[in-house]
Amino acid sequence: MATRYTRDHEWIRLDGDIAVVGITDYAQEQLGDIVYVELPEPGRKLEKGGEFCVVESVKAASEVFAPIAGEVTEANTALGDQPGAVNESPEGTGWLIKMRPANKADIDGLMDEAAYKAYLETI
Amino acid sequence: MTDAATDRLLETPLAALHRELGARMVPFAGYSMPVQFPTGIIAEHNQVRNAAGLFDVSHMGQAAITGPDHETTARALEALTPGDFVGLGRGRERYTLLLTENGGIIDDMMVTRPSEAAGDGTLMLVVNAARKEIDYADLRARLPGNVRLETMTERALLALQGPKAPAVLARHVPDLGEPAFMTARPAAFDGIPVHVFRSGYTGEDGFEISVAAERAEQVARALLAEPEVKPIGLGARDSLRLEAGLCLYGHDIDVTTTPVEADLLFAIPKRRREEGGFPGASHILRQINEGPPRKRVGLRLDGRVPAREGAAIKDAAGRHLGSVTSGGFGPTVGGPIAMGYVDAPHAEPGRAVTIEVRGKELPATIVPLPFVPHRYFRKTV
Repeated sequence: MATRYTRDHEWIRLDGDIAVVGITDYAQEQLGDIVYVELPEPGRKLEKGGEFCVVESVKAASEVFAPIAGEVTEANTALGDQPGAVNESPEGTGWLIKMRPANKADIDGLMDEAAYKAYLETI
Repeated sequence: MTDAATDRLLETPLAALHRELGARMVPFAGYSMPVQFPTGIIAEHNQVRNAAGLFDVSHMGQAAITGPDHETTARALEALTPGDFVGLGRGRERYTLLLTENGGIIDDMMVTRPSEAAGDGTLMLVVNAARKEIDYADLRARLPGNVRLETMTERALLALQGPKAPAVLARHVPDLGEPAFMTARPAAFDGIPVHVFRSGYTGEDGFEISVAAERAEQVARALLAEPEVKPIGLGARDSLRLEAGLCLYGHDIDVTTTPVEADLLFAIPKRRREEGGFPGASHILRQINEGPPRKRVGLRLDGRVPAREGAAIKDAAGRHLGSVTSGGFGPTVGGPIAMGYVDAPHAEPGRAVTIEVRGKELPATIVPLPFVPHRYFRKTV
């Protein structure tokens, strides 16, 4: 399934019953060099728009918000040693969490790539 | 950041060059300034530690105070600061503090006596961008009538910092020689009149170069054309100065902190401690003799989580000791570092504390400053 995007610059991609979530290339570029990622524990329940992760760059700490409601199934613990992966590959090895959506259809309500690109043009 | 707010920002003479170099511009102290260039803050930080970097610090305030002779001007400045300026030699530069009547810090600044006899009676000042209007109003109000303040708004200020800075600058200032740290003199940079100060805000050797605004880009381009030099933004300027244990006004020092609490006693030489005669002297001298109630310290956090400004510092029993005033990731240290104030009995290096970040108590240790040893050029005579 295609990747969807939020106005807060998260991406989400469904793979079977599990969705992978991260921050967009635009977000990592705005944050700059990422030095620490505080990830949630598996099992944590997420509300749509609720903070689930903090990404620390050299300059500042930034919250990351859940694109949809669901439950965390896995956190990308490899970021503990390699937080820079979020800069280098935000939609690849720099993913943040995997989650079980409360309702998979919620993802369809988010922006597709073309809509997100159009949105970036406005900010 | 709305467009309306961006429109009101001031620009330095190098704004177009920053954009050409791909800088991300952010508002800082009323100016649109480069926070980083495309390589990013950590690469810029390491560039300055390992080779050389060029900073645009033209937003800072350059000014001069001039009276009838050196002693008159020096004594006038000594009435507002705890520094020794009567004894400042020609071409010498000092760090000092503009003080309130309570001994609080209005601003920190660099003061330079011109190197030529013809400049006697003048002291050159470089003050913080965010404080310059306050400083200038304060100086105009408190300086005696025979010492006048002149602001030099038509000048740019560049900082060339890092171990390769002397070799690079010598290619453009052939008679540079080996000036000592904290000295300054006029020079010709590829024939352009400049004023060269051997000082900086990174903990590294380097220079600050004052130049007429309309020649600044020419100087900057000449330096950036050197293989050892890359442009550096405010982000790396902050991480470099934090590792060097240097205060950032409005964060680590302000009108509520005294020089004693801020551990800036080097800025109060012996004669001034004996004679007093600066604003807040009775309070400050009492703090020197009896100890301050709180003190600025360095903090090294275990783990990787950075602690930011405002985070609470506590002892093992959870008692509040103070708070973080600057904090982040130190690229050279390779981990999170911070500065903050703690109650004086808890300020000695080696003490274990915790810092509260997002509801968690992170273990940290009070450590001596700087985090990274200064590598200023010291002339051995």
